[in-house]
Amino acid sequence: MRLKFSEADEKFRAEIAAWLKENLGGEFEKIRFRGGPGDEHMYSSERLAWEKKLAEGGWTCIGWPLEAGGRGASIEQQVIFHEEYARAGGPGRMGHIGEGLAGPTINAFGTEEQKKKYLPAIVSGSELWCQGYSEPSAGSDMANVKTKAVWDESLADGAGRWKISGQKVWTSLAHEADWCFVIARSEPESKRHKGLGFFLVKMDQPGVEVRPIEQLTGTSEFNEVFFDDAVAEDIIGAPGEGWKVAMALLGFERGVSTLGQQMLFQNELSQIIAIAKENGASRDPVLRQRIAEAHTGLRLMRYNAMRMLSDTSGDSVDKSVLVYKLHWASWHRNLGKLAMDVLGPESEICEQAPYDLTRLQSMYLFTRSDTIYGGTNQIQRNIIAERGLGMPREAKG
Amino acid sequence: MEFVFTEEQEMIRESAAGFLSDVSNSEAIRTAMVTESGYDADLWQRICAEMYWQAIHIPEEYGGMGLGYVELAALLEQMGKHLLCSPYFSTVCLGVNAILIAGTEQQKQQWLPKIAEKGLTATLAYTGTNGRWDASAVEATYTANDKGYILNGRLRFVPDGHTAELLVVAARVEGSSGEEGISLFVLPSNTSGISRQWLATMDQTRKQAEIVLSDVVLSADAVMENAEKAWPQLATIIQLAQVSIAAEQLGGAEQALDMAVAYTQEREQFGRTIASYQAIKHKAADMLLKVEVSRSAVYYAACVAQECLAEDGDKEFAAELMEASSMAKAYCSDTFFFNAGTSIQLFGGVGFTWEYDCHLYFKRAKSTETFLGNSSYHRELIAACLLD
Repeated sequence: MRLKFSEADEKFRAEIAAWLKENLGGEFEKIRFRGGPGDEHMYSSERLAWEKKLAEGGWTCIGWPLEAGGRGASIEQQVIFHEEYARAGGPGRMGHIGEGLAGPTINAFGTEEQKKKYLPAIVSGSELWCQGYSEPSAGSDMANVKTKAVWDESLADGAGRWKISGQKVWTSLAHEADWCFVIARSEPESKRHKGLGFFLVKMDQPGVEVRPIEQLTGTSEFNEVFFDDAVAEDIIGAPGEGWKVAMALLGFERGVSTLGQQMLFQNELSQIIAIAKENGASRDPVLRQRIAEAHTGLRLMRYNAMRMLSDTSGDSVDKSVLVYKLHWASWHRNLGKLAMDVLGPESEICEQAPYDLTRLQSMYLFTRSDTIYGGTNQIQRNIIAERGLGMPREAKG
Repeated sequence: MEFVFTEEQEMIRESAAGFLSDVSNSEAIRTAMVTESGYDADLWQRICAEMYWQAIHIPEEYGGMGLGYVELAALLEQMGKHLLCSPYFSTVCLGVNAILIAGTEQQKQQWLPKIAEKGLTATLAYTGTNGRWDASAVEATYTANDKGYILNGRLRFVPDGHTAELLVVAARVEGSSGEEGISLFVLPSNTSGISRQWLATMDQTRKQAEIVLSDVVLSADAVMENAEKAWPQLATIIQLAQVSIAAEQLGGAEQALDMAVAYTQEREQFGRTIASYQAIKHKAADMLLKVEVSRSAVYYAACVAQECLAEDGDKEFAAELMEASSMAKAYCSDTFFFNAGTSIQLFGGVGFTWEYDCHLYFKRAKSTETFLGNSSYHRELIAACLLD
C-alpha cells in the first residue's frame, strides 16, 4: 500500500494550483465557491466566461485522450485537478455534463464524423450539454421511457432525421445548454430497455420547450423539457442500442471528481466548525459528538475514494464503488441538519427578504435531494445487496 | 497512490484465511473459550512454529520477519473474522508494540527474540479500577530507591493477564496525576509479589484478568525508556492497539454479514427466501457499507502505524496516528456492533440460541468496543482536536 502521490504528480499539483491562483481572481473573484448543486442558478454568465477561461488554459477535459482533445491525464492527476480546483474555490462547472458524460459517450460509441462535430466545442467550453434521462414515469425505473423517436425521411433534404416527442424531467442546466442527449423509444411497440435510441438534440429549435421547476429551496436549477417533434441532429450507436450506450455512460465518470466534491464538503464542514467555535455550540457535548462523527465520515470517505481509485480490479474495490453514493449522500444529508443545529435559532433567519436563503440554509435544504437523485438510497441499497452480496434481484414488471 | 494490497499482502491474507478456517471453526472456538486460559496451547505453538505470525512485525535484527503493520492488520482481520481464541492480540499488539515503542535496546534484545523464536506470551497492564482509558487510568504506583523500584497497586481489565508470561506494567510516582509521573516496566509475570486472578467475562473468546502488585521489587533495568515521562510512549502503544482492535473488528463485522447473507438465502418464509425481501436486503446493504468504510479506516490507520514504527518513517504521516487510530476504533466499534446485532435479527429465533454462532460475534463486538474506549470516547478525542 502506498498512499502518497508521486513527485511528478505533486509537480502537476503545483502547476494547476499556480494557474488557478493567477486566473481565478479579478472578474472571477465573485464566483469563487459559487455554483454547483444547490447554487447552480447563480452567476451563469460569469461562470460561462470562466468555462472558456479554463479551456484557454487547457484545463477542460483533462482526462480525455489526446486525440479527443484532452490531456490524457492519469487518474491520479485528475484527482489532483479536482482537489486543487475545489480547494481554490473553483466555481461549479457548467460544462461538466459535456465533459463527464456526453463527450466520453460520443468518443466511445460515435463515428469519426460525430467526434469531430461535437468534441471540440466541449473542450473549448463553447457548447454546454444537458442530460435527458428521467421522465415523469421513469425515475428509479429508468427503463420505463415513454419519449418517442420517429424516423422522418423527408428531413435534412431527404437524408432523414429522427423526430423526438415526449417529456423529460429533472434536467439540470437545460435552460443554459446548447445540446441535450435524450433516451427515446425508437421502436414503437418495444418494452423496457429494448428498442431505445441515444439521440443528440439541439435545444434551440421550435420543438423544444424548457420549463424551470421551482424547488423547495424557492429557486430553480432543475427543469422539465418538452419535446414536440423536435429534430434530433444525430443518434449515437444504432437504433435499439440506446440502453447499452446509456449504461456505459454511467460508468465513465468513475468517481474521479469525488475527491473534489469532498473538498467542497470540507469547506462546508470547516464553516460549521468555525460557527460552532464562535457561538459556543462547540461546548455542547452532543454537538461535539456529531461534529466529530461528521469529520470522521468525511475523512473515511476520502480513504474510501482513494481505495476506489487505486488501479486494480480486486473484489473489495468493486464493493467500495458500490457503496460510495449511499455513503456520501447520507453523510451530506446529516451534515445539512448538523449545520442548522449548530446555528441554533439563527438557522431560521434568511439572508434577506423575501426568501433569500443563506448558503448553509440552501445546503441544508438541497441535501434532501442528495439521497434521491442519481439513484435513491433505496435503489442504492437494492444494487448493493444484489451486486455486492448476491442477494435475489427485485422482480421487475 | 496504491491503496490496495500488494501481491505479497494478498498472499498473507489468503494463507491466514485458509489456516484459520481449519483451526478456528465453531467447535474449536467453543472448546477453547470455556477454558480458563482461553486458548489451545498446541494451536498457539503451531501458530508460532508453522505460521510465525507472532514475529510478523518484529524487526529482523530481533529475530522477527520485519514486515509492516499492514501485513499485521491483514492477519488480525482474519483472526477477527474467525474469532481466533489466542494470546496473539495481547502478545503482539500490546506486548511487542510496547517493547518496540518504549523498550531500551537491552530490553528489546532480551525479550523480542524470545517472543519471535519461542512464542513467549506477553501483555500490557495499564488500567486500574476506575474504568478509564486515558492517562488517569494509570493507578498503580511505584517508588524508586538506589537499587531499583517497588511497585504497588491493582490492575484490572488486563487482556490475558492471568496467562501472559511477560508483563509490561504502567505505574506512576506516588502523588502524581494525569500525564505526569508515569513509567513503564517490563517484568516476568512470575516475579515475586504479583498475584493474578482470571475474571470470567461475558465475551468468553477474550480473557481478562486482575493483577495485584504487592511490594513488587524490580531492579533498575526493568524500567523502560523515558522514566517518569512515559505517557507519550504509552499513548502511542494504546493507539497502535486501537488500530489492531479495529482490524479484528473489521473481520468480525464482515463475518457477521457473510453469515447473515448465507442464512437468509436458505431460510424460506411465505414461499420465498427471506433474502428476497427488501427489508432484509437493505439491512444487509447497510452492513456492507459499514464494512467497506471500516476497511478504508483500518488500512489507512495501519499505513500510518507503519510509518510510526518504521525507523525511516514519514514523520508528518506518523503524526496522524492519534486521529487515524481514534477514527478507526470509533467507526469499526460501531460497525461491528451494528453488524453483529443485525445479524442476530436477520437470523431470527435461531440467532438467539447458544447453538448458532451469532452471539459469539455479538459478545466480541461489545467487548472490543469497550476495550480502549468506545466510539463516544474516541469521538470526544477527535472533537477536542477540532473544537478546543
